[in-house]
Amino acid sequence: MARAASSMLEVRHLRKVYAGTSRTVEAIQDVSFAVGQGELVCIVGPSGAGKTTLLKCIAGLLAPTSGEIVLEGEPVLAPPPAMAVVFQEYGRSLFPWMTVHDNVALPLKHKKIDASRREKLVRDALAAVDLKGVDNAYPWQLSGGMQQRVAIARAVAYEPHVLLMDEPFAAVDAQTRADLEDLIRVLWRRLRVTVLFVTHDIDESVYLGQRVLVMSHAPTVIMEDVTIDLPDERTQLETRSLARFGELRKHIYSKIQLAKQGWRPPSE
Amino acid sequence: MPALARRIAVMLALPVALIATWWFASTDSQNFYFPPLRTIVETFSKLWFSPQATQNVVPSLVRFSVGYIAAALLGIAIGIPVGASRNLRNVLEPVLEFLRAVPPPVLVPVLILFTGLGNEMKALVIVFGCVWPVLLNTVAGVRALDEVLAEVVRSYRIGPFARFWHFILPGASPQIFTGLRQSLSIGLILMVVSEMYAAKDGIGFALVQYQRSFAIPEMWSGIIVLGIIGIVLSLIFRAFEAWILGWYHGLRQSQRAS
Amino acid sequence: MSAPTTDVQARTSARTIVWLQGLAGLAGFAALLEIVPRSGLVSPLYLPPFSTIVVAVYKEMMSAEFWTALSDTLEAWAIGLAISVIAGVVIGIAIGSSHLLRTLTHSTIEFLRPIPSVALIPLAVLLFGSQIQSTLILVVYASFWQVLIQVLYGVQDVDPVARETARSYGLGTWAQIRYVIWPTTLPYLMTGVRLAAAVALILAITSEVAIDTQGLGKEIADTEAGGAVAAMYAYVIVAGIIGVVVNLGARALERHVLAWHPSMRLDGAGARA
Repeated sequence: MARAASSMLEVRHLRKVYAGTSRTVEAIQDVSFAVGQGELVCIVGPSGAGKTTLLKCIAGLLAPTSGEIVLEGEPVLAPPPAMAVVFQEYGRSLFPWMTVHDNVALPLKHKKIDASRREKLVRDALAAVDLKGVDNAYPWQLSGGMQQRVAIARAVAYEPHVLLMDEPFAAVDAQTRADLEDLIRVLWRRLRVTVLFVTHDIDESVYLGQRVLVMSHAPTVIMEDVTIDLPDERTQLETRSLARFGELRKHIYSKIQLAKQGWRPPSE
Repeated sequence: MPALARRIAVMLALPVALIATWWFASTDSQNFYFPPLRTIVETFSKLWFSPQATQNVVPSLVRFSVGYIAAALLGIAIGIPVGASRNLRNVLEPVLEFLRAVPPPVLVPVLILFTGLGNEMKALVIVFGCVWPVLLNTVAGVRALDEVLAEVVRSYRIGPFARFWHFILPGASPQIFTGLRQSLSIGLILMVVSEMYAAKDGIGFALVQYQRSFAIPEMWSGIIVLGIIGIVLSLIFRAFEAWILGWYHGLRQSQRAS
Repeated sequence: MSAPTTDVQARTSARTIVWLQGLAGLAGFAALLEIVPRSGLVSPLYLPPFSTIVVAVYKEMMSAEFWTALSDTLEAWAIGLAISVIAGVVIGIAIGSSHLLRTLTHSTIEFLRPIPSVALIPLAVLLFGSQIQSTLILVVYASFWQVLIQVLYGVQDVDPVARETARSYGLGTWAQIRYVIWPTTLPYLMTGVRLAAAVALILAITSEVAIDTQGLGKEIADTEAGGAVAAMYAYVIVAGIIGVVVNLGARALERHVLAWHPSMRLDGAGARA
């Protein structure tokens, strides 16, 4: 497992155990990986693989049982200002009593930026996600895809170093999902932000990522760190019909099948 | 007929018909208790559009407003921390359920013990009676805040004051308004009852005076005034709610459409 | 993974903790009520200690007067509530089933609803004095609207397709009501009954306090006037307990009806709490 000299984000031997009143569940057993600056890494795994738990630990929303998360050299103990999260339930992650503009601007009000710069960030972010003319609309007036774009704009405006996305396109229709996937790649290139993208969709993970971390079933460990050696310029039509795409996809798919059967990698 | 005119016509049809029936049915009424509507209307304008009227109406409304607003603020202020803490809730819920189950008019004699017959008694009765629906609904509203939104607030490191002002308060506001609406009717009842029981001014007081001195048309006119106050307060409340909860009504409509 | 029994055990022990916490709250409240008057913070003349009140409750419960007052209040409450519910259901279904009637009566209902029923007190006194009819006028006027509004919501919620189908099969009015309208309206009606029950109790006691009709409210007013402070608080607490019982009973009834009846509501109609 390569540790880049200047890794943006390091997860070291992360372990998460849920202690309930009657039983304990070891959601994550031992996960370690590093993400270099500017990388787009996908995390994929069967349902029940604790992907969301992993993301929440990385985001500082959940305290790990042991192990640590290191962001730019500093341990993550609480949600850090250099990270932004895009949640799966876009409908519930936007404030319904605020307009789109206010939704995007709200986190910026706490970064102590002056008003004019804040306005510029909001404007640029909404333009970056291709949303025009909805500044004064309410989230529930928009379609699901547009709502998720607002959530992404909010994360982008926050100027994070690391963008965490928790199955953000799971709840939108296939056509919208394709557009949003391309949007992520565009944003990623333009903003040069580090992206950690959790998904259950294997095709999506191969299409988007430079690397794909395949998770096992709970108690979760990393099954494999797959390098995606597809060309940098990707399009829905062409990239997905490449032979290499199919090979990578098959490889990951079979790994997941093994995971579902309870197979685990030999411990290091 | 143009749409708006038609809507107004439908709205007024039954009320006008009822009032007309009342008018004509009671024209020659000799019944002591049910004088002709005409007499009532005449008495009404004589009585309630005079400077004397303000002596009764104003104190009533002032007491009501003070009591209601104080109850609203108190209910929200207590309801939010209680709603946010599961342990506080578990401990306090039975006590609160008991206190809110005490029928508020019962407090009139009790508070007379403490504060005599003055304005404080009436305002306090309204406060004690109105605080419970607001408090309990605030607790319910805070409890029901969306968890995903709570995580958004945490992940973007939104500070405590902003959290309160932009998340907790607006999030709980639909439920809070349910409580405020209930408190409105309870407050009116308490305003009238406290004045009927022990007062030297106020609408309730005036009503009792008229009834005791058998000034029947005046009494009827007083009933109508109370009715009008009830309606006006309700309209003001609705307008206020529509303004604050505009987003909520829109949200529900869009949910129902999907 | 884990046996189901441990989950149930966990849930029951969690529930016990909640019960204990609630009990602790009540005990704390009683302790407060005991200490504050004794410490002189509030004069024990105005607020006797909790123990004194408990003794007073016991004493009152030994007297025949108490039970008469209690049954008077409950009688007025029950009769008024029954009238409101029946009237509310009948009128509600009648109005709700006809678009014409609904639009015609809408404004009248919205006008009459906010009128506080206590406005009728002087009229009631003139007509019936301190008899139970006065109380009934107040109780029915206030509770009726709670039931009516909910029933109207319920009838409006009836699936139009179901109604069309029933009509096309030639089902008469009564059958339509029984098989189509009633099941949909029932949950709303339960909410209305719950709200009406609470309001009815409030108005029953209001009438007793303000008009001096027989009942708990009258006892409270009398004991206050006569300086029997502990007895007054005893009646206040009893009134509170009755209120709690009514609230819990209505909620239990609502839950029970909704449990075996698939709720066809889209959203939470009617107010909560």
